[in-house]
Amino acid sequence: MRTPSQTVGPYFSICLTQWANGPVADAGGVKIGGFVLDGVGDPVPDAMIETWDGERFARAGTNDEGRWEVTTRTAPHINVSVFARGLLNRVVTRIYFDAGAVPDTVPEERRDTLVAQPDGDGYRFDIILQGEGETVFFQV
Amino acid sequence: MIDPPLDYPGYKSTALRHPKRPLIELPRGLTELSAPVLGEDRIGALDNDLTRQHDGEPQGQRIIVHGRVIEEDGRPVPNTLVEVWQANAGGRYFHRVDNWPSPLDPNFTGLGRTLTDDTGYFRFITIKPGAYPWGNHPNAWRPAHIHFSLFGRAFTQRLVTQMYFPDDPLFFQDPIFNSVRDERARKLMISAFDYESTEDSWALAFKWDIVLRQTPMEDA
Repeated sequence: MRTPSQTVGPYFSICLTQWANGPVADAGGVKIGGFVLDGVGDPVPDAMIETWDGERFARAGTNDEGRWEVTTRTAPHINVSVFARGLLNRVVTRIYFDAGAVPDTVPEERRDTLVAQPDGDGYRFDIILQGEGETVFFQV
Repeated sequence: MIDPPLDYPGYKSTALRHPKRPLIELPRGLTELSAPVLGEDRIGALDNDLTRQHDGEPQGQRIIVHGRVIEEDGRPVPNTLVEVWQANAGGRYFHRVDNWPSPLDPNFTGLGRTLTDDTGYFRFITIKPGAYPWGNHPNAWRPAHIHFSLFGRAFTQRLVTQMYFPDDPLFFQDPIFNSVRDERARKLMISAFDYESTEDSWALAFKWDIVLRQTPMEDA
């Protein structure tokens, strides 16, 4: 039997997001960021986002406005783990840059929650944990 | 179910933060079968000693926390990053959001990092964290715990959890601990007092093995 998950809690930033290069997987990459929102649309100021594309890893905490941002390369898809106070386990989603690449297992009307939108010189990817426009999350 | 449900009413903050739509099966490919290799060139010699990060020693009971990171079949996970963070002896975190009336300790920040060795073994030196109130329900207290973060060898093995101490009288009222519904799984979060590893006239010891999900196979 394996060790179960527990919430990251509200105080993880004293450790996990302290490393200097945390949000920057590749300084020559693009900025990808957005808001983390809860079931009533309020920002989640104590979430942590990790991105992994098979080669590049980045992580960033959300700020007081619930916004996160990493600098990495675009890829066919990027795996995203979301941790927060109130999440007893991480939730996992994916960032796609091409709507046509989203797996068929995702209902068509929800596919746009997985597609990053061009935003200035980077991309925007909001993560809605619950409710209208809820982001598609995957079973790991 | 080993992991806690994302919707667990006893822990109030889950109410607006858990997805309500069904989770969708994740395809297994390169991004699931791999994990970042972190820390090899960035871990300092004292990063696993939380009692030596300041000019003086922190208040509290000095303890050794050690064990192995293994997979479900017992295979060790070597050279993997283990990150920890915790409250001080009085139950206060070195964090701007934590302002309950227990003093900060100028000699304790409460973070540590290490890499497992070739056998999956890790060792930290720290002080025993205190319990603290958290307002989830009337007279709510978190049992003493140390937060752990692990990557393993595959994205699917990523684990953030908490290590507890044996026989804590606060377990009965803690919804985070009790959110793990399987009693055997819950016990896997509790360290064992390890008299054999106690160092005479210096530190008590607690042993805790961390078991990660089996390394996944690629979808055929």
